[in-house]
Amino acid sequence: MILITGPILSPTNIFAPASTPAQTIQGLSFLVLTITGAIFLTVFSLLCYAVVKFRERKGRDAAEPAQVYGSAQIELAWTVVPVLIVAVLFLATVRVIAKIQNAEPPTGAIKVTVIGHQYWWEYRYDDSKVVTANELHVPVSDPAHPTPTFLTLLSADTDHSFWVPRLAGKTDLIPNHPNSTWIDPHEIGLYLGQCSQYCGVQHAKMLLRVYVEARPDFDRWLTEQSRPAVASDSAAQGRQVFETTACVNCHTISGTAANGKFGPDLTHLVSRETIAAGSVRNTPQNLRRWIDNPQKLKQGCLMPAMGLSDSQLDAITAYMESLR
Amino acid sequence: MSTVPLTYDGAASERRPLGEILHEWVTTVDHKRLGILYILFALTFLVFGGIEATIMRIQLIRPHNDFVSPEVFNRMFTMHGTTMIFFAAMPVLFGFANYLVPLMIGARDMAFPRLNAFSFWMSAFGGFLLYFSLLGGNGLYGAGSAPDVGWFAYAPLTSQTFSLGHSTDYWTLSVLLSGIGSIGTAINIIATVISMRCPGMTLRRMPLLAWLNLTMAGLVVLAISPLTAAQLMLLIDRYLGGHFFDTQAGGSAVIWMHFFWIFGHPEVYVLAIPAFAFASEIIPVFSRKAIFGYPVMVAATLAIGFISMSVWAHHMFTVGMTAASNGFFVLSTMAIAVPTGIKIFNWLATMWGGRIQFRTPMLFCIGFLFQFLIAGLTGIMLSAAPFDWQLSNSYFVVAHFHYVIVGGILFTLFGAFYYWFPKMSGRMYNESLGKLHFWLFVIGFHLTFDFMHIPGLLGMPRRVYTYEPGRGWDLWNLIVTIGALFQGAAIIIFLANLLWSRWHGPAAGSDPWDAWTLEWTTASPPPEYNFAVLPEVKSRRPLWDLKHPEDPDWHYE
Repeated sequence: MILITGPILSPTNIFAPASTPAQTIQGLSFLVLTITGAIFLTVFSLLCYAVVKFRERKGRDAAEPAQVYGSAQIELAWTVVPVLIVAVLFLATVRVIAKIQNAEPPTGAIKVTVIGHQYWWEYRYDDSKVVTANELHVPVSDPAHPTPTFLTLLSADTDHSFWVPRLAGKTDLIPNHPNSTWIDPHEIGLYLGQCSQYCGVQHAKMLLRVYVEARPDFDRWLTEQSRPAVASDSAAQGRQVFETTACVNCHTISGTAANGKFGPDLTHLVSRETIAAGSVRNTPQNLRRWIDNPQKLKQGCLMPAMGLSDSQLDAITAYMESLR
Repeated sequence: MSTVPLTYDGAASERRPLGEILHEWVTTVDHKRLGILYILFALTFLVFGGIEATIMRIQLIRPHNDFVSPEVFNRMFTMHGTTMIFFAAMPVLFGFANYLVPLMIGARDMAFPRLNAFSFWMSAFGGFLLYFSLLGGNGLYGAGSAPDVGWFAYAPLTSQTFSLGHSTDYWTLSVLLSGIGSIGTAINIIATVISMRCPGMTLRRMPLLAWLNLTMAGLVVLAISPLTAAQLMLLIDRYLGGHFFDTQAGGSAVIWMHFFWIFGHPEVYVLAIPAFAFASEIIPVFSRKAIFGYPVMVAATLAIGFISMSVWAHHMFTVGMTAASNGFFVLSTMAIAVPTGIKIFNWLATMWGGRIQFRTPMLFCIGFLFQFLIAGLTGIMLSAAPFDWQLSNSYFVVAHFHYVIVGGILFTLFGAFYYWFPKMSGRMYNESLGKLHFWLFVIGFHLTFDFMHIPGLLGMPRRVYTYEPGRGWDLWNLIVTIGALFQGAAIIIFLANLLWSRWHGPAAGSDPWDAWTLEWTTASPPPEYNFAVLPEVKSRRPLWDLKHPEDPDWHYE
């Protein structure tokens, strides 16, 4: 059932692959499931047969059954057969490991550095200056002319793990231990996932969103993201509040004095669909609630409530809404 | 024989002051009393761990539930894992080993009775420290903070930077102390099996339970030592400025993983091998046949013990090892399926042609065979590294290892409780309640752990205090939680049955199962010295020889 209904059953179903690593893994998993399924049916049937056939029956002779102590031939048989099965599984597995793990980026591959932070994701596009957070944009990859995305995985603090089940298996982000993985999504769409290595209080709300776009759309997005923020005059008051409170210690807005590195880059905040690492929709109301007290939406996240007045909140929210 | 007066704490006996009885139990060095202390201690912690699991399951019954805060949920899964492994599973198995090994090899006590008591009290103190963290966890900042770093406590989350206060210290110290207790008991079991066997009991005639516990004890010495070392290194990091796991000063988070899993995987077999031992004693008796392939069973056990020392990094397929390293651990992990499969086949062959009696201990062992088969097969799926890249740290893994620990180990353990309860207490349990316990637990177990695989396949990671709606996880989590309630009810029936039967059950006699090993030759419960005259054995089933003088085993072995 899980196999057939695919993405309808769940947007994070590992059996609805849309990218080469996930597809290759699915192929291996079908082999493993077939073999283990056959073993299960065989042994399950034998166990059922033994339990039913050799049960104690009322009225039958109560004498002890014949004592059998063992048989070298039988032992040999049920040693050799499993050894052969293991050999087949092992060879099939190492092939897939090599295929996925030793893949080299072709020319034209997109390269992104992913940095895990306590409860959000930072994305830095290696060939441009684009820095964004929580929502990864990549171009669709035509199998005939693949444009895969290669990800370098780093961590700023504790261990995390990058897992978008429909695109690839998971790879951990470990401080002081750079890792890499790659994806080549074949279909346009939004792919979901989340951190899958326990990283602290809000591990559960460290969600992953990968937007797979047609190449022209992706290029346009990249160009827009590489521009500095354009402040509208209407948001000048909010900008002033932002730049004179502690906000700037953690957040960057390119083209302004704000260059903190601890929290997500806000230069194009409004271009994102979500805030709070994918856990809250990015609407003006939610943004205002978040700035007022992030702990109410995501208890234990590292952004504190700044104790701003209502007018300051309105001003900052207006400023944030201008960051397109 | 059943009329031998109860030697301690007897039901109808002398009314001694409670203080005197307690004093006897606290100062005892008798292997049977220490075994029972271990078991009672473990049952207490099983209840604690069960309550923690129930809190988690209520929180996860629907998406965005707010039964508990994220902080509390994270403490619950840390405490649940640590409690169940270190303070429920290990002590209860040590308890049975303590109680049974000397009786089954015809000895009057363990080799080092005082070390035995010392080890138990170290483990008990470790358990106390873990739960004292609820009061003392945050020291000056206030009470109510248990450890929240997960039961494998990955670095650098355990460093002072990320784990303020003292909750991680309580975790470290409790695991450290219980580790010292475990190593003490393991050394004791090894020495006992090697040097305390009764006349005639060669290694080839030793009951499988003794062989398997010997292997388990060897694994404990090899596996707990690196864990204990790692805990010391963590304390050095936290308090003496060490940098073993301090990634901001060049330390390595991955080294902690290696230290932990070189303990963590053999640990699975530290728990599973004694469970295999129970099955290897119970299945023959209730099939009325000798164990099939005794030498092969011993060899398979030793092979499992040996291979289990080389599989640990299959817990680390996602941390970015080289393709060659991944390949090695794929092979070693798959290889362990071979001796494990041999064991299942031998138990099957033991039942084949027998006369299977469905008493409660046997029901639990049959449940074990079916469930351990599935647990082994999901283990093979996880051993295929690329498949593991999808499944690792998902609910599929949680379902898999609960299938091993609950479906495999806890089921045989329940079997062991019912099988040896008459020996330990001198009284029979209630068979109907035992069967009710079995069926309720089977229903609960399968509702919970069969359906728990599915959200894992659908992308749900473990250790999340809540989840998003619309991922297709809701229904499965609801079913899993309902199953947990069935299991809870079954456990209450189990405890009630044992408690009631302890004082009101009918007398058991020395050999209620018509069994074949030495513990059934002495009174129930056995006197302090176990055997008035040390037995002398000529085969693996001394009581069979006694009951069938015309056709004794030593004609064939």
